[in-house]
Amino acid sequence: MSDQKQTETKQTSLHAKHVELGAKMVPFAGYDMPVQYPMGVLKEHLHTREKAGLFDVSHMGQVFLTPTNKKFETAAKALEKIVPADIQSLEPGQQRYSQFLNADGGILDDLMISRLAMPGYEHVLYLVVNAGCKDADYAHLNKHMPKGVTVSVKDDTLSLIALQGPRATEVLGVLAPAVRDLVFMTHTDLELLGDMDTPVWAHVSRSGYTGEDGYEISAKHEDMVRLVDELLSYDDVEPVGLGARDSLRLEAGLCLYGHDIDTTVSPIEAGLFWSIQKHRRSADAGYLGAKRVAADIADKSTKRLVGILPDGRAPAREHTEVQDMDGNTIGEITSGGFGPSSREGAGGPVAMGYVARKFTKAGTDVQLIVRGKARPAKVVKLPFTPHTYYRGA
Amino acid sequence: MSIYYTEDHEWIKVDAPIQNGSIGTVGISAYAAKALGDVVFVELPDVGLEMDKGDEAAVVESVKAASEVYAPVGGEVTEVNEKLEAAPETVNASADADGWFLKMKIADADELESLMDEAKYKVYCEGL
Repeated sequence: MSDQKQTETKQTSLHAKHVELGAKMVPFAGYDMPVQYPMGVLKEHLHTREKAGLFDVSHMGQVFLTPTNKKFETAAKALEKIVPADIQSLEPGQQRYSQFLNADGGILDDLMISRLAMPGYEHVLYLVVNAGCKDADYAHLNKHMPKGVTVSVKDDTLSLIALQGPRATEVLGVLAPAVRDLVFMTHTDLELLGDMDTPVWAHVSRSGYTGEDGYEISAKHEDMVRLVDELLSYDDVEPVGLGARDSLRLEAGLCLYGHDIDTTVSPIEAGLFWSIQKHRRSADAGYLGAKRVAADIADKSTKRLVGILPDGRAPAREHTEVQDMDGNTIGEITSGGFGPSSREGAGGPVAMGYVARKFTKAGTDVQLIVRGKARPAKVVKLPFTPHTYYRGA
Repeated sequence: MSIYYTEDHEWIKVDAPIQNGSIGTVGISAYAAKALGDVVFVELPDVGLEMDKGDEAAVVESVKAASEVYAPVGGEVTEVNEKLEAAPETVNASADADGWFLKMKIADADELESLMDEAKYKVYCEGL
């Protein structure tokens, strides 16, 4: 996932907890991370869809952009030079998904961007970036942020976890009832585990990367262990590793950097058109890569990322060749595996990949070349498992 | 009945008398099934396929990855466990018995000599 040389393997603040829970640890993006716990990938996946899964995502980068003049507009305008999303219209407490693009419109990384809501901090932007790209991202931010915007990386201070699944709101709501009212892609700062001597403050956002309702919670390293112990004390909550995180996001049709998206594709090719607000779609929108974005919107000949549903039970993995019914190569699988909750819960193989523009219509028959054999498949609409985001009562 | 294991964690069971032309049943060990994780697909060979020792005999796909199953000895495939197509999870539930992959007519029974017996295989796994 990362091109950077991995010198020594880093550990998150929850490392000892993972080992104690019996996790199988693997190196991932420079960190020693849990790929699965004794429950196993399949059951962890299903548990997240049925109840609630707890994920350590502290390897991801957390960084704040603070305008020294305390005007939100200053930070927003600066960030709008390097991401396609509209940032100026973000209200305090709102969050948006976007990408860092290079000058050619290729994707350097994808990220979450939030405008803080805490009184006195509403001018501050909070970014969460991918672990494998974060050092390059920080260099990119330092290069492009003007003097009046401070870039503060908080990986030495802050941990990040995700609590995902239908029971997430019930559980976290016990600790802080206010989280029940947050809607998808909004956030707040509040006290979890309140006690007078050692309160745990957390940044809680109603978001995630599994397609489920749930939260991402940022807190100080020393508080996170306590918070995780508390959350794991609920019967409905089980720890979930990177293995199930991957099958969950694939079923949800969400891109994984380094696989479905990288510098060779634009956000339009990657199906991320929805993440670019209307007035940011023209060549003169003023951000790095805007020309490519506008050109790809206009040009119907470029490839597109689509969902691909193999017939039968054989999974088609990353780099599997996609052919049309006449045997011509039309694309390649970029993420493929088994979706335990797909096909209305029956489970089966699911995949995403790029195909030439004229094959992107849902229902198009294609062939996947798995171990030399052509296997039938269909282009389908994403996601494979419906999203259950909470958008308000 | 005798059981032999390969270093790649396939097993082959053969009923006495063990000789050229004996039928062996092939599967993967419980150790391998556990390491693979939940099996979601098994690709079996065609009956009649002639294999040399070490040839790819089947493919087993778990939630994590695809892995090859190799022929522990040379011979001809005489039967495959079609139940695995609909119920690949049988490999996890019963790797040593119901989760067998194929039966084969052993070409050269002497090839079994190069494999490990149960005790040796147990020691081999402990060293991994």
